[in-house]
Amino acid sequence: MKFTLKIWRQAGANQSGELKTYEIDNISSDMSFLEMLDVLNENLVQKGEDPVHFDHDCREGICGMCSLYINGRAHGPQRAITTCQLHMRSFNDGDTIVIEPWRAKAFPVVKDLVVDRSAFDRIIQAGGFVSVDTGGVPDANLIPIPKDTASEAMDAATCIGCGACVATCKNASAMLFVSAKVSQLAMLPQGQVERYSRVEKMVAQMDEEGFGSCTNTYACEAECPKEISVTNIARMNAEYLKSKFTSSDSFAGKS
Amino acid sequence: MPLDDNFQLDSKIPSGPLAEKWDQHKFDIKLVNPANKRKYEIIVIGTGLAGASASASLAELGYNVRAFCFQDSARRAHSIAAQGGINAAKNYQNDGDSVYRLFYDTVKGGDYRSREANVYRLSQVSVNIIDQAVAQGVPFAREYGGLLSNRSFGGAQVSRTFYAKGQTGQQLLLGAYSALSRQVAAGKVTLHTREEMLDVVIVDGKACGVVTRNLISGEIKSYSAHAVVLASGGYGNVFYLSTNAMGSNVTAAWKAHRKGALFANPCFTQIHPTCIPVSGHYQSKLTLMSESLRNDGRVWVPKDIAVSEKLRKKEMRPRDVAEADRDYYLERKYPSFGNLVPRDVASRNAKDVCDEGRGVGKTGLAVFLDFSDAINRDGRDVIEAKYGNLFDMYKQITGENPYETPMMIYPAVHYTMGGLWVDYNLMTTVPGLYALGECNFSDHGANRLGASALMQGLADGYFVIPYTIGDYLARQPYKKVSADHQAFKEAEKGVKDSIDQLLNMKGERSVDDFHRELGKIMWDYCGMSRTAEGLTKARQMVKDLKVEFEKNLKVIGSADELNQTLEKALRVKDFFELAELMIVDAFERNESCGGHFREEYQTPDGEALRDDENYRYVAAWEYLGEGKDEKLHKEDLDFEYVKLTQRSYK
Ligand SMILES: Cc1cc2nc3c(=O)[nH]c(=O)nc-3n(C[C@H](O)[C@H](O)[C@H](O)COP(=O)(O)OP(=O)(O)OC[C@H]3O[C@@H](n4cnc5c(N)ncnc54)[C@H](O)[C@@H]3O)c2cc1C
Ligand code: FES
Repeated sequence: MKFTLKIWRQAGANQSGELKTYEIDNISSDMSFLEMLDVLNENLVQKGEDPVHFDHDCREGICGMCSLYINGRAHGPQRAITTCQLHMRSFNDGDTIVIEPWRAKAFPVVKDLVVDRSAFDRIIQAGGFVSVDTGGVPDANLIPIPKDTASEAMDAATCIGCGACVATCKNASAMLFVSAKVSQLAMLPQGQVERYSRVEKMVAQMDEEGFGSCTNTYACEAECPKEISVTNIARMNAEYLKSKFTSSDSFAGKS
Repeated sequence: MPLDDNFQLDSKIPSGPLAEKWDQHKFDIKLVNPANKRKYEIIVIGTGLAGASASASLAELGYNVRAFCFQDSARRAHSIAAQGGINAAKNYQNDGDSVYRLFYDTVKGGDYRSREANVYRLSQVSVNIIDQAVAQGVPFAREYGGLLSNRSFGGAQVSRTFYAKGQTGQQLLLGAYSALSRQVAAGKVTLHTREEMLDVVIVDGKACGVVTRNLISGEIKSYSAHAVVLASGGYGNVFYLSTNAMGSNVTAAWKAHRKGALFANPCFTQIHPTCIPVSGHYQSKLTLMSESLRNDGRVWVPKDIAVSEKLRKKEMRPRDVAEADRDYYLERKYPSFGNLVPRDVASRNAKDVCDEGRGVGKTGLAVFLDFSDAINRDGRDVIEAKYGNLFDMYKQITGENPYETPMMIYPAVHYTMGGLWVDYNLMTTVPGLYALGECNFSDHGANRLGASALMQGLADGYFVIPYTIGDYLARQPYKKVSADHQAFKEAEKGVKDSIDQLLNMKGERSVDDFHRELGKIMWDYCGMSRTAEGLTKARQMVKDLKVEFEKNLKVIGSADELNQTLEKALRVKDFFELAELMIVDAFERNESCGGHFREEYQTPDGEALRDDENYRYVAAWEYLGEGKDEKLHKEDLDFEYVKLTQRSYK
């Protein structure tokens, strides 16, 4: 297969960037999208040009490291997969493919297609955990958890933190990411003790990082490679509201 | 500096009965007073299961921790990709499991090349790991009554594997990452992402810091500490193609090796039987299909080469092969374990049938994993509920639908049992330098059982290092070596020189090109089966390729920017040295055991033939300098509790 690639090139964080055009040929339809970029980079190195920088690691859709805005869509044209799981058979021979980085104020470009997503880490640091130290915890089967609750929590916990939700949202809102973590812990008994302070702290950090607000367009759910549901956002809004009637965490949920 | 002539490896295994060793040891070792812990600083390289759990636990105790990873976030360490599950001797299923049985299975599964005392401790603390993870909010699979669910995994005859869909590694890592994040917020852990350790620094014989490269700015920096903990993962990517994440590499462990830490059993690598076969030259990595699939899938190839040929040419479809013409070779050869034989056995058998010309797929290097019987028996819904995400993943990659046509699988490099030699305290031969998780050699002998790596990484990080490091630190002064010490300056210069050398070479060939060729040599001669002749040839090939690598490499760009080809070149450089040591180790071990299969040493029916009399030891190699042969030290393995037998899965 043969393609025309228009790729965002930007030498560094404080430099301006532009779309550059590359022609590429002899691409197998069994190749993954990132393998196609590997081939391009191999060609660029041979020509003595700087290869296109992009983030990736596991190449099987779980680490959340790969990104890429492909033909105007986060993780490309297919639903429910990451860029590293996308294969060239999803394109037609001769297509022009436009490849850009995630674009959001809170995710500044580092180089070419690589962006800085450390804002997500800081949101988790603000409260995305259960405050237990190692050791001294009860037996794992002490507290039964209904199967459905556990699996709903699992569905939320499946988020890979890639940032596609932010990249795809016209407001660059991080609500889907934050609400997935808030929901997971709010549903489980282990998360109850810090339930309300957690949501407050995480939302405060989210605002501080400069993510936009949610206007319920649901683009995030549509583009999420892990199909995280927007019901998590509704749940987080409810949790947040409840937290406002609660001066601190307590067993009754109010004190 | 070479070790002196009468150096003896001391594993520091505590005396006393097996079941009491760990408790007794915890009592005997020194403690650091709670108020004094804050006076010590510990560097942890890696934020995978081992590194994240260690950093969090050490910080909770009061130590100051500095943790590093090369990804953009701690949450993205390679551990995230583990699918199948984690073992623990909880015996929740009342099916006869116990700490002793998990211990026994692990020693046997490792083909009697691991230390009894370490493995027993691993089994003991396994139960605490599950408690810890649940307390963190890890959503393990549950039964209708609300209790935790288990499955049998990797040939175990009890159900002791805990899992979270096919994403167990992800959930356990996110648990450890959340504990780590909490300590970052508390100011007890300073986290350095996109920062790669490129050397370890030793002063007065003790590890006292590291030199790193900031991957964004290229800045080379020194950090000093009272102890250094490596949790940098395995080196399967020496084979170029493996199931490991693209960035996984040996650099941290290798730099430690060059500075005096012995490297143990480097040739012990695990080839996983159920991976998606290679499809072309451009292939960048291989994808694992979880081993749990072997619980319901049946492995077969045609009995007749002619039929395989037709399948390869697509003149025939798999489902058109009559039952009588199929060879379910694992069920035939191993009636009691069938499709669930351990990984090394399953892999070797797949290679054998393909070598006979009975392989399928376009390259002939694949066997079928067929679910049609399971679907007929249990219904598509049941199979979908169990394996849906794996089937989807398979379809995404291959374009074929495994509900309708059998999957095709082939073995691929997956895990490295070898690694830095450590004693019972997880300390390497360099005082103050520790190794945890996949980067040490400790618990899996010559073959790792499924669902045991997650267990080991978390055991090391949550429940072993927090105790054992205190024993060392309690003897160290509060004042640490300054990062301005001459030894740091020298290490920084060494790092800068090697970067300059790579950038200035201006040769013709790319890093990937070299790496691919190196990987092919390793796979062909030091992979699933090995011979003295092949290894001798391979050693020369690696040497020759290395000479070319040092002259003809082409790296674009500069040192002071994000430069992914430079990062790679630095890693591949270390793979070259490691590759040669792996070959030497495989050559020296004149026996077959676990994942190490030497064709010269097999039973009449083709099974691995150990030589306990002469090779019942850990091979620990000492680096003696660039281009020099490494020196072999041996740690004899004593088996007091487990009787050495020929592993049999028939
Ligand atoms: C596809 C797959 C599936 C698996 N499934 C299972 C399973 O079901 N059950 C099971 O028990 N095991 C499984 N395993 C094995 C298991 O996942 C690994 O052995 C384990 O996760 C290794 O953990 P670790 O903490 O030792 O290292 P890793 O998770 O590899 O982490 C290494 C860390 O070190 C950092 N690092 C490395 N070098 C440097 C450096 N020089 N400077 C700075 N940082 C550095 C990295 O950034 C990373 O944070 C699987 C493995 C694979 C490949
Ligand atoms: S590279 Fe890991 S999700 Fe794509």
